[in-house]
Parts: sequence; C-alpha cells; structure tokens
Amino acid sequence: MAKMKKIVKTITVDADRCNGCRACEVACSAFHATPKYSIVNPARSRIKVITYRLDDIFFPIFAGAYTKAGCEGRDSYIIDGKEYRECDFCRASCPTRNRFTDPDSGLPLRCDMCESDPPLEKPKCVEVCINDVLIYEEREEEVEEGEPIESIEIGVKALVDKHGLNEVIETVERVQLSKKA
Amino acid sequence: MRYAETGYYLEIDLATGNIEKVETDPKLMEQHLGGLGTDVKLFWDRVPPEVKAFDPENILVFSAGLLCGTPAWGTNRTICSTISPQTNLLAYPMMGGFWAPELKFAGYDKVILRNKAPQLVYIWIHNDKVEIRDATHLKGKGAVETQELIRQELNEPDAQVAAIGLAGENRVFFASIEQSRSSASRLGSGAVMGDKNVKAIAVRGTKDVNIARGEEFMQHMEELKKFVLHRNENPLKGIEMVIHSGVGSPQAMRHVDEQWHTTGFSWGNARVRRKNFWTEEIYDNWSKSHWSAVKRFISCFNCPQQCGTLISFQDVPRYMMKCFSKLSYLLACQTENMDFTWRILHKAFEYGVDSFTTPQVLAFAVELYEAGIFTEADFKGCPKDNEGRFFWLLDKVAHRDGIGDYLADGIYWAARRIGKGAEAFDHNTIKKHEQMVVKLAMLDPIYFLMYTTNEKLSVTQMEGNFPQTAKGTPELKEMWVRDWIQAPNEKIKEYFMGWNPRGEGSNPYYPTPQMSSEIVDWMEMLHNIDDAIGLCAGMGSFCYKPAYHVHNYHKFISAATGMDLDKDSLKKIVNRNRNLHRAYHNMRGITRKDEKPPEDHWRHRFPELEEELLTTYYKYKGWNYDGIPTKERLHELDLDYVAEELIKRGILKDGEDEKNS
Repeated sequence: MAKMKKIVKTITVDADRCNGCRACEVACSAFHATPKYSIVNPARSRIKVITYRLDDIFFPIFAGAYTKAGCEGRDSYIIDGKEYRECDFCRASCPTRNRFTDPDSGLPLRCDMCESDPPLEKPKCVEVCINDVLIYEEREEEVEEGEPIESIEIGVKALVDKHGLNEVIETVERVQLSKKA
Repeated sequence: MRYAETGYYLEIDLATGNIEKVETDPKLMEQHLGGLGTDVKLFWDRVPPEVKAFDPENILVFSAGLLCGTPAWGTNRTICSTISPQTNLLAYPMMGGFWAPELKFAGYDKVILRNKAPQLVYIWIHNDKVEIRDATHLKGKGAVETQELIRQELNEPDAQVAAIGLAGENRVFFASIEQSRSSASRLGSGAVMGDKNVKAIAVRGTKDVNIARGEEFMQHMEELKKFVLHRNENPLKGIEMVIHSGVGSPQAMRHVDEQWHTTGFSWGNARVRRKNFWTEEIYDNWSKSHWSAVKRFISCFNCPQQCGTLISFQDVPRYMMKCFSKLSYLLACQTENMDFTWRILHKAFEYGVDSFTTPQVLAFAVELYEAGIFTEADFKGCPKDNEGRFFWLLDKVAHRDGIGDYLADGIYWAARRIGKGAEAFDHNTIKKHEQMVVKLAMLDPIYFLMYTTNEKLSVTQMEGNFPQTAKGTPELKEMWVRDWIQAPNEKIKEYFMGWNPRGEGSNPYYPTPQMSSEIVDWMEMLHNIDDAIGLCAGMGSFCYKPAYHVHNYHKFISAATGMDLDKDSLKKIVNRNRNLHRAYHNMRGITRKDEKPPEDHWRHRFPELEEELLTTYYKYKGWNYDGIPTKERLHELDLDYVAEELIKRGILKDGEDEKNS
C-alpha cells in the first residue's frame, strides 16, 4: 500500500514554567466562540490549568476524547514530593466530572489544535503563553494510505467546507453520543 | 446584550438572608464605567454621609472591574469598597488574583452586602445558585487556610475564595481580605466584613463574558503582547530600583537587591534612615534566605507577568508573597534577618492584616514602651528581642488582647485612646491613615500633592508613571524621553527635561505648582481608569512605561464594551468618578484643612509654597479654595445633582466659587 505524508501536531507542556495565569483558557474560549472572539468563558476552554497553588501544582491539560464511562479516578501519584490526583491528569470529557463539558449544551469539548482556514501558525493557547509552558511542534509522519480513508477524507473536507470544522466536529460528537446512548 | 459587564448586581441582605439578582441600568457603564466608578455612585446613592463603618447601613461591595474577564492582560482586580472604620471615608482597597473574573463568569459585576448576619457565615456563589452558609466552624481560622477549607468543603477546587482571618473577625481597623496570591488590605475592609459576620465569599462561574468587537479587541491585544515581550526583553535602565525595571507589580521577589528601599526608607516607626545599611554581607545573607524561600513565581488571572511568589520556607506553612510585604515588617522591626520576614508574614497573612499599616502599628507600640507610655505591666510576657516583640504584639493586635485592643484601631485612634503623650508618636498618618515610611530632606511638590489630596490615601496607589526622581544628566533625560510613548503630551516631557536633581529646576520650586498639578492630575487619572476597569496598576498606572496608557486604554474599553470612547471622553468619565468621590468625601467632612502631610514628612518645608500648590491644584481640578468641586465643574461632568446636594448641605455656597478661587 502506498505511503502518505501526514502532519502531526503536538504540544509539549513544560509544567515547571507554568505560573497558573490561565491566559491559555481565556484565549482558547475566545477563539472557539461564534463569532470568533465574541465571548470569554474558561469553562468552555479546551485547555485547563490544574491549580493547587499552595501545593505548588500548576499544569495545563488539553481536552481529549469523550468517554462514556466514568471512572473512580481516586488514585494519586507522588512525583518529586508532590501528590497529584490521577483524575487531574486525565484529558477525557467524562460523566463523572464537569471538565471539558460545554456548560450550556453538556456536549463534550475537545482540543482541535485551533484548526482553521487559513491555518494558524500555532494554536491560540501556545501563542498567548509567553512563558513557554506550551511548546508546539509539527512533524511529518508517513502513514499508510488507504483508499477508504481517502474517500472519507474527501467527504469530510466537503462537509468542513460547507459547514466549518467546528460544526462538523460537534456533529460527529453528537452522533457519537447518541450512538453510545 | 451587555458587553464587558454582565449587567447584574448580587444584592445580599445579611440580616434577613434575602438574596436578589438585580439587573443594572446600562447607562451606569456609560457614566461611570464600572469597578470603583460604579461603586462610588452606589455609595453616593445609598450610603448617607452620617453612616459609619460598623453601622448596618454601611455596605461592603465586592466589585469586578469593567474589563475583568475579557482577554485584556492584567484585568483581574477585585475592588472592595466600604466606609473605612479608620477614616470614616469611602475606602476601596483592591486585590488581584482570581476572584473578580470568576464573579463575572458567575454572571455578576458586584456583590453588595448590607446589614449584618446574626452569626458567622460564608457566601457561596455558583452561577445562579447563591447560598448563605454557616461558618461558625471556621471561626478563628486563618485567612489563607480558610480558602482551602472552603474549597474542600464545597468539593470545588475551582472556586475562588476571598476570606478574612481573626483580625477581620475582631474588627481590627487594618484587617485585610485575603484571596489567592492577593489581598485587599488597606483601610479595614476586612474589619467591615468581620463586622458583618461574613467569613468568606466563594465564587465559581461558568458563564460567558461578551465582547462587543472581538476581532478588533484581539488586534489591540496583539500589539499589547508585542510590547510586553519587548519590555520583558529590555528592562528599563537608569532608574532608581531594579524592581521597577519591568512591567507588572514591582518585582520584589525577582531581585534581592533592596538597596534603594533599605537605605532610602525609614526604619522603625518611620524614624531612622540607614544610609549605609546595604553591604555585600547583607546582600549575601539575604540572597541565601531569599532563594531558599522562593518556591515558584506565579501570576494573577490572565496575566503573563510573574509578580507573585509561592513561599515555602523551612517549617513555615506555605503562603503567597505580596509585593512590599517583603520589607515592611523587617524595616519596622529593625532586624537585619530576612528569615524573620518569611515567618512573620505567614502569621500576618493568616490573621489577615495590612502589611503597610501593621508593622508601623507594632513599631509605634515599641516606641511607646521605650518612652514609658506603655508600662512593664502592659508588656508583661513580651520577649525582649525585636523580633520576638513583633510576634507577640501581632498576636495581641489580632486578638484585641490587652494593649492590642488599642493598637487594633490603628495609630491615630490608638494614640488618642492611650493618651499620656502618645499622640506625639503618631507622626506618619494623613487623614488618620498610616503612610509609606518615607522621610526625606527636600519637599517634593508632586509628592506633596499626591500625599495630601487623593481619595485613595495611599501614595503607592496614586504615583506611578512620572519618574520618582529627576535625572542627573541630559543623556539620561533624553534616554528616558526617547521611547516614552506613554507620556500624555509633549508638555509633560518638557517638564521632565527641565527637572534637575539639584540647583536650578529642582525641588521644591520645580516642577512649578502648575506643572505639578498637571502631572498629578494625569497620574491620578491613570489610577482612576485602572480602578474602574479592574486593571492591575503594575500594568498601567503604577509602572514606568507600562503596557496600558492614555493612548490605548480607550481602544480596549471601546472594543470590549461597544462604546465609542476616545481619550477625551474616557477622561471625562473618570473625572466624573473622581469628582463624585471627592464630593462624597466633602460630605464626610474632608476639606483643605485635612490635606496636609505629617510635619516631619520632609525636613525642609515651605508653608507658602505648599499653600500655593494646593490652591493651584484645586483650581486646575475645578475645585474651590476649600477643595470642593465647583458647581460649574460638577455641571460639566453631568453631576448637577451632586452640586445641588452640596449646596443643600451648605458645603458648597452657590455663587461663591469665583470669590473663593
């Protein structure tokens, strides 16, 4: 099967540099508003700074996939003398907590790396963080090219062109939810 | 749709437990912006001048600035307005941290507390759900630990909590309200909160703050960000203190070098300068202590600058540092031991007391003891060493125990209650409020006006953009002016260029009264803007060459609110706020006679010049000889109703403005 090049986007989090200001949450929620930048609401952000100030715990977490099943998440990790709650590391939008759930619709939120047209140089959270907590990298990876993927891609691209990426993602998430329900 | 503001106040009657969410008049924003501006209007409308701090009719307002919750960096101030028990004037101590934006996200611009709760309570605001909850189990708990206890009790790690400690509960006149890495400290808002039996207010919000013209707002933000990055990479040169070389609050924890403060400020109860204090040995000792205490630099909400510090020192429970606290106790206590700072601050922050007033009060008590006014019996059980005394006295004050009950009223009132000549030791208050511990040789006309005339009563919160000292050479002056984009006009730059450290063009006769009035008016305006929009003074008014200035404030405010403000219309609004505040203070008895610095503030005084300064400044402000806004001035600012009231009360004599001025 033929190989195709794919851009993989990653963000490295240097949590030691985080000062807990949450500018990333502000920027994220503003960017994802419709119309763009019309509102600020950190509860709608797809990044969240986990903060326990006196415990010296400050680190941002990105919204990952929705999961239908909640978990207890009661375990903890001690790293470098600091005790972290397992739940705080988790990126999932899940039924056991409010994190990464849209406060109005209850729909899951997910980081989309600020995909937009024209594309941004880097996601908004990275751009606003001048303390270099968030380090953005793009690298090319070779992936196997498959016919079916390509046809799905064309279809999805058409949908994105017509409705915009956010609309499509949200629809897919809704479908996913209703299927699981 | 309301933009930037939420359009709602949360009104809580603590006596009845009645809670109402009240929609506000959109015209209020056009007239007064928000934050301090709309607070002043509330007091004018609701709290008559006869009402005292601990009367149930006094209100305590927790106010978010107009731009809190927008993407504008540094707009995170909570303004805690109330009638001060110390001064009987409208005080508005402010704090950074995270509380005000959270309140906006919960859907409110202000929380207004009136009357008193029958027993100790805390308030829990979670969007539309608001509860008054029992807090008797939190009685006596520290202001820092209470925040954590409430988060745990609510199982809401994201709740932001503003709390008082024992000092607030005991109505210590300089009790603070503490919150995350900040506090509203001055003038006793914590005492009023304690008097109202409110231990804390916790808030969590998940609603939207609307921005009128988002794309435009973000373009302004882009420019601002570039500027901040530039300033971070290029600290200012040729200034007095390295801690003022950046943008943000003074970077007291970034730098160990405190030569400027330790040799320029006065030690003890604002008594002695130690011009040779700073040595290499001190620097080495302090470095060791300093860096062993710093755990991490931290920020307030939506601000990249790291002006706060998590302190973790030996066995002392952790807390977060607040700017000049680092030195205020140390100087007053007359110790050279920096470790003392880390220990006493923990205690002070948990009790919840103001770091400017408290150390002076403690040093005042030591002086009274040394003078024989306080007796051995008064000091029974007090350790003999300086540091030990301070810990002991601080305990006494927070508990209002023994002599602590006098001291807890602040120096002015304590001196009068104690008598026996104690009044002579009250030498550093203006309008009954403790001032910065600076005693210099030569009268500075700009500082004279700032100290004496401002409604804030605290010089660090009204000085700022204009350099504190003249530059000695033409090169230094030109270096300063070259990129001084924040100067409001060319005139201000010329005044600065003509100002010399000594000889011709130096203090006290230069800047002239007229120039000084213009400079002070500009700086005050900056603070009034910051206090209305909720901007950290470190990003604007109290900062050399800051990110926000008269040439860009109106752009942010316009894009956020949808109002089309320019520099002049913004200036008019904040002038309106200031004059309303002034008139309110006039109703509470403030006039020219109150506007004087302590006798020993400068060694060289110039009574005639000082009178001329006041007269010129008043005239520039549109006030009469007594410092009361004239009918014409009030009319210009759409404050005819204020003029009417002042005339009705006989404070302003109709038609006498001209004669007086």
